Amino acid sequence: MATADIHITEETHHDGHEHDHDHHGNFWTTYVFSTDHKMIAKQFLITGIFWALVGGTLSVIFRLQLGFPEAQLDWLKPILGGWITPEGKLDPEFYLALVTMHGTIMVFFVLTAGLSGTFANFLIPLQIGARDMASGFMNMLSYWFFFVSSVIMLVSLFIETGPASGGWVIYPPLSALPQAVNGSGLGMTLWLVAMALFIVSSLLGGINYISTVINLRTKGMSFAKLPLSIWALFLTAVIGLLSFPVLFAAALLLIFDRSFGTSFYLSDIYINGEALPNQGGSPILFQHLFWFLGHPEVYIVLLPALGITSEVIATNSRKPIFGYKAMVGSILFIAILSFVVWAHHMFVSGMNPFLGSVFMLLTLIIAVPSAVKVFNYLTTLWRGNIRFTPAMLFSIGLVSFFISGGLTGIHLGNSAIDIQLHDTYFVVAHFHLVMGSAAFFGMLAGVYHWFPKMFGRMMDAKLGYIHFWLTFVGVYLVFFPMHYIGIAGYPRRYYSFTNYDTFNSFSDLNTLVSVAAILTLVAQIIFIFNFFYSMYRGRKASANPWQSNTLEWTTPVNPGHGNWPGEIPTVYRWPYDYSKPGAKEDYIPQHIPFSMTPESNLPHENDMIKLEGDGTKVVVDEKK
Amino acid sequence: MFEVIIAIGTILLVVILLTLFRIGTLVNVVKGTDKKVVGSSNRINAALMIVFMLSGLGFFFWYSFTYFDKYTIPVASVHGADIDTTFWITTAITAFVFVLTNILLFVFSFKYQHKEGSRATFFPDNVKLEILWTVVPAIVLATLVFTGLRAWNNITAPASEDAEVIEVMGYQFAWAVRYPGVQDNQLGDYDFRLINDKEGNLFGMDVTDENSYDDFVPLEMHVPKGKEVLLNIRARDVLHSVFIPHFRLKMDAVPGMPTHFKFTATKSTEEMRSELGDPEFDYFITCTEICGRGHFSMKLKVIVEEPEDYEAWKAAQPTWLKLNSDYLEKVPADKRELAIIKAGIDKEELEASL
Repeated sequence: MATADIHITEETHHDGHEHDHDHHGNFWTTYVFSTDHKMIAKQFLITGIFWALVGGTLSVIFRLQLGFPEAQLDWLKPILGGWITPEGKLDPEFYLALVTMHGTIMVFFVLTAGLSGTFANFLIPLQIGARDMASGFMNMLSYWFFFVSSVIMLVSLFIETGPASGGWVIYPPLSALPQAVNGSGLGMTLWLVAMALFIVSSLLGGINYISTVINLRTKGMSFAKLPLSIWALFLTAVIGLLSFPVLFAAALLLIFDRSFGTSFYLSDIYINGEALPNQGGSPILFQHLFWFLGHPEVYIVLLPALGITSEVIATNSRKPIFGYKAMVGSILFIAILSFVVWAHHMFVSGMNPFLGSVFMLLTLIIAVPSAVKVFNYLTTLWRGNIRFTPAMLFSIGLVSFFISGGLTGIHLGNSAIDIQLHDTYFVVAHFHLVMGSAAFFGMLAGVYHWFPKMFGRMMDAKLGYIHFWLTFVGVYLVFFPMHYIGIAGYPRRYYSFTNYDTFNSFSDLNTLVSVAAILTLVAQIIFIFNFFYSMYRGRKASANPWQSNTLEWTTPVNPGHGNWPGEIPTVYRWPYDYSKPGAKEDYIPQHIPFSMTPESNLPHENDMIKLEGDGTKVVVDEKK
Repeated sequence: MFEVIIAIGTILLVVILLTLFRIGTLVNVVKGTDKKVVGSSNRINAALMIVFMLSGLGFFFWYSFTYFDKYTIPVASVHGADIDTTFWITTAITAFVFVLTNILLFVFSFKYQHKEGSRATFFPDNVKLEILWTVVPAIVLATLVFTGLRAWNNITAPASEDAEVIEVMGYQFAWAVRYPGVQDNQLGDYDFRLINDKEGNLFGMDVTDENSYDDFVPLEMHVPKGKEVLLNIRARDVLHSVFIPHFRLKMDAVPGMPTHFKFTATKSTEEMRSELGDPEFDYFITCTEICGRGHFSMKLKVIVEEPEDYEAWKAAQPTWLKLNSDYLEKVPADKRELAIIKAGIDKEELEASL
């Protein structure tokens, strides 16, 4: 009952503002506790950028250790204090903490919240033609849970025993026993609390994204006319909704083991001169639960980036995305398969080898829809009329990373080969390219592309080009050499390789990687400057600067609360009518009816003209 | 002083860059180039695509071929050779696809860059093409799955009855190995509650089990060449993972859940030393599952020797019970005689010490 009332008041509220769409809120309701999806998207974006800088800086610190093992790091003492040993070296336990927090921050806080949070919030209502999310209030809660989670995670970096340091996968018993590593004390507790809040945030957001896409599409916006970005964000939310609760369960059982003496994951343990009473638990159980989220998480990170890329590549090639149905089909297929491949992370965990065979088969199947996506991107570029906007450059970069990193997945998905490569730098190279860098590039492409809609101004293109080329070359220089290091057998998460003759031959490549990592991080300052400078001083944007077809470009330059000042436009066609033969312009936006474009209609589209009229009538009848 | 100069220099550099950026923007406004949808930068970006592709592929091929011996490590086990074959088949196929698709990506980007007055081709779908590139990858992957499965099934098949059994246990931060002994060739029972580091019972050996009397715990692992070895792997505190790079062998060590890995070494340490031209070379076990502060330092020497040398080495090892004769008291009275004999303890010496 109460919800219904609120709904009605909101409706009238919007009507009242139809001609004066400036939302007169004070500072707090406009910028802080906003329920406007666009503001929430910006909140997620800025928080995501902050976390990306933190995560990137952490990685540079441990790259210093790996690239320059002999270097004196005394100069870091003012920042890191006791984590620099008296000899001027990085503390080995802090090294593990850095690796752990870098992974956690990048995977969850940057590439899940920063990417999905930003673009699902921003694009879903704008591209499907809705005034806002299904529940603006839940949406606001989603951000603030994320914010609290962020604060707790950030605090954990500064406590005396250090943040969690059992790897981002937090495998017990290491993560369950403070005796095993200092980070498993308070640091791990804060990690678990932060992640629990994070999951709440992502579920609140996900439910909203799903219900908005299903219920609030504008007239004519059938699922078959949805932009691929929405398809990707929609299915991402579905994946998240199904898998995050499993991580929550895993974390909860771990909390029980840590604090209440249960033995879900613990058995037969003797540590620090003492045999623990726990018996009957299984560390493997945790791995199954963790990767039941952990693997879909890869696609939670990647799919939105692929969706954004589809949009950007089609717009800037001035061509329809090739094989729209196949693209939707492959996202759907990937989404389903993502739930049945998790144990390929566990080939050598000691689980039954037969499971290994099954998961190897399922894992390699997932390469097929991925290959289809790549070929479709390539064909979209073929005979296009390509405009290299910064967003387009980052999208092309994404496709390159997706190819280069995806192919090594065929090695790792093969359980026999994985015996040798598991937990070596080969894995690090693989996932940083295919999911880390690709998703990161998707995020940057999205920012460059939708910045004009977010802030009404353009980002500087030339700075964008410089940013792209430095980052693109930098990322390849960081991660490509790691393949060789991995084939040579170097295990990951090693503080130092100096006591192994076999692992002591790549100090040159390791130095190269570290230098490239530092330069890549520094190059991001160009982006940060461009982003904040353009927000206030950038060139004023036009309503549709990229001459794109999707609905968000039919809003005013600075859309107010409710997005469209008048009626929400009706959708008549798919979003990819670029360079249609016969058309005057090389793009026809989705809200242009076929009756207005007789010169370019295909035969079956001429038949649709009749339905256009009927369609309005039917809807009018329904309203009565 | 030096720091101040660096700081001033950095600030100056930033100011100069900002000024250049501002001038560039203003020039664009004056010229009106900022109004154009596609500027002259388009051609530069397109050209850079080709430059990047050529230099990238150049470095890739140059490094991959020139430094082949540096990044590959020789293989010294029977199943390792199968893994390597599978690896290189997969690498050949993926490298081909990698080069091809990246070339298409960058060449298309360059070739179909924006041209004034030209228009993109409206080409929304083509069922034949799509079926083609769904089916071809599917077939290729099916072959890869098949070769991989064969190798995997062989590797994970049960070990033969007469395989040499060696127990490997991981703990923070080292590996320990236990051999079943030359008398009964059976590993004795253990229980984690019996572990006592101070008294030397690292493994939690249960001295009520007769099989434990002749077990021995050497400081390095010895392995016979050409004979199947079954590793019984366990951990007693947190997860560890046994990794012997030259044997292509990796298996997690899990507290509370013993795991296994079987292999047959094909090259003795001596042979590998002469192959590598490195008289210092030794095989080793290392850890590949994050386990805490000392994760990077869990190294255990492994020596592969000819079967007869191996047998001789085994016979020469003192039993654990002999080295820890205090534990004789914990042996049940009726088995003590047997224990003394099996452990090879010199009775007179023992009595003298008592």
